[in-house]
Amino acid sequence: MSRSDRGPSILRFAAPQNFYPLAGRLAPWFAGAAAVLTLAGLWLSFFVAPTDATQGEVYRVIFIHVPAAWMSMFVYLVMAFWSAVGLVMNTRLSFLMSQALAPTGAMFCVVALWTGALWGKPTWGTYWVWDARLTSQALLLFLYLGFIALTRAIEDPRRADRAGAIIALVGAVNVPVIYFSVKWWNTLHQGASVSLTKAPSMATTMLVGMLVMAVAAWAYTLAVVLWRVRPMILERERHTEWVGAELMREALRQGGRA
Amino acid sequence: MQWESWSAFWNMGGAGFFVWGSYGLTFVLVALELALVFQRRKDTVNRLLRWRKAVGRNGSGLGAGKESPGESRAIP
Amino acid sequence: MLSAFLAVLRRDLLLAWRGRADVLVTLAFFVIVVCLFPFGVGAETNLLRTIAPGVLWVAALLACLLSLHRLFAQDHGDGTLEQLLLSSEPAVLWVTAKVLAFWLTTGLPVVAVAPVLGMLLDLEQGAYPVLVISLALGTPILALLGAVGAALTLGLRGGGMLLALLVLPLFVPVLIFGAGAVEAELSGTGATAHLLLLGGGLAGALALAPWACAAALRVSTE
Repeated sequence: MSRSDRGPSILRFAAPQNFYPLAGRLAPWFAGAAAVLTLAGLWLSFFVAPTDATQGEVYRVIFIHVPAAWMSMFVYLVMAFWSAVGLVMNTRLSFLMSQALAPTGAMFCVVALWTGALWGKPTWGTYWVWDARLTSQALLLFLYLGFIALTRAIEDPRRADRAGAIIALVGAVNVPVIYFSVKWWNTLHQGASVSLTKAPSMATTMLVGMLVMAVAAWAYTLAVVLWRVRPMILERERHTEWVGAELMREALRQGGRA
Repeated sequence: MQWESWSAFWNMGGAGFFVWGSYGLTFVLVALELALVFQRRKDTVNRLLRWRKAVGRNGSGLGAGKESPGESRAIP
Repeated sequence: MLSAFLAVLRRDLLLAWRGRADVLVTLAFFVIVVCLFPFGVGAETNLLRTIAPGVLWVAALLACLLSLHRLFAQDHGDGTLEQLLLSSEPAVLWVTAKVLAFWLTTGLPVVAVAPVLGMLLDLEQGAYPVLVISLALGTPILALLGAVGAALTLGLRGGGMLLALLVLPLFVPVLIFGAGAVEAELSGTGATAHLLLLGGGLAGALALAPWACAAALRVSTE
């Protein structure tokens, strides 16, 4: 691909038969980047970042907790974005992207909740507090699960795409409302016994470790989503000729291996 | 270097369970997700191959693409 | 345009009147859920008085949730929905009419009965007006948000559970401000801010939800 035709060529990839091989080519690169960054991030988190003055070693959960929480929210935004694009531009690929993103977003939600609980036990003495952030995170997980359940429950793909897109957008509109309301509720109910907003003053190396892990999580998400969307494309486009050719190629590859 | 010995590293200042529990579950979930994604790809390809074979036997021709007029662009 | 709104409203109210047993079942469900709590947490008056706002609100929310499937199911079954979608009237209009009729037949009775149940839980006298106002402002939001979920899950197998999973996270803010209003009144801080936020939420839901609901109905009936 020459540089001069890059403008129109990006739109070209909105077509499934062009996007499918591109996704296959890009995914391993992102996966490799994710692996390298994770190793670097782990090294930074465990061997470079100093022991926290107040929390001791437990704080090292932060290197996985915060990036997971960031990704879980970011992925929902991207999901809502592709849903909106799909509804407005009527592009099949956008719906597939948002559906491929949802399980990974839900996974990051679970990771954020689980690591939060394990971090909470030694620092606040309890696995769970009804803090605004924790509660919003749990509700975000339910939004993900609702989206996944709805798109899986509908058999007609056209309806599943659009229904999922609508609920993703309704959820995205509600996320700020939910966060605000939960925060409001939290300040009324929670005593001053637990203060989560006071972040421990962070050493630069801690921040760098966290950012590296966040970029690793981002690259991982891209890789896994591209890998997940590929068979979804094959499934949807199974009547087309290019999928037939692609399947023949797969059959040859499998035959060669067996 | 932060750690005096490997056992100090695994102990994490007494918080080993919480730190390794967090990292452990995360990597289990990541591995599980990757395994599911690759399994799903394999399943889909096999199912579609079988489906195409069945369509072919019914007489509409393998890879004829009867429902896709005009979409015969080569894969780059 | 207004005549179409009124026609749909009158038709739905008439249908609800013919099937008034359904409305009574919703109401009975509301009462029974509230009555379960003393059995669960013990009949100590102080405790019941403390949890009364939350219990009444959660019960109202569940009653609304469980009747949501009725909103479009019948019209979907007999083809009325498709005719409405094909008609030249703007969908937002008759969707709003249907939700209003739904609220009048399920939300309003719940609002009316809530003070009686408040007595069962020994809710303080001064909180009754706020309880009624908060429910009157909050249950329409529940109906509007729920209508979107009901439209999306139209005719699906296991739609009831799915509907609950879809809309319950969206109901949380309403629950927080609704029950919070009563609690704020009880604690002496005043419920004005809560009620204003509920009113704002109702205005927002009224502006957005019928639109999303109409889009969802189109998607579901295609």
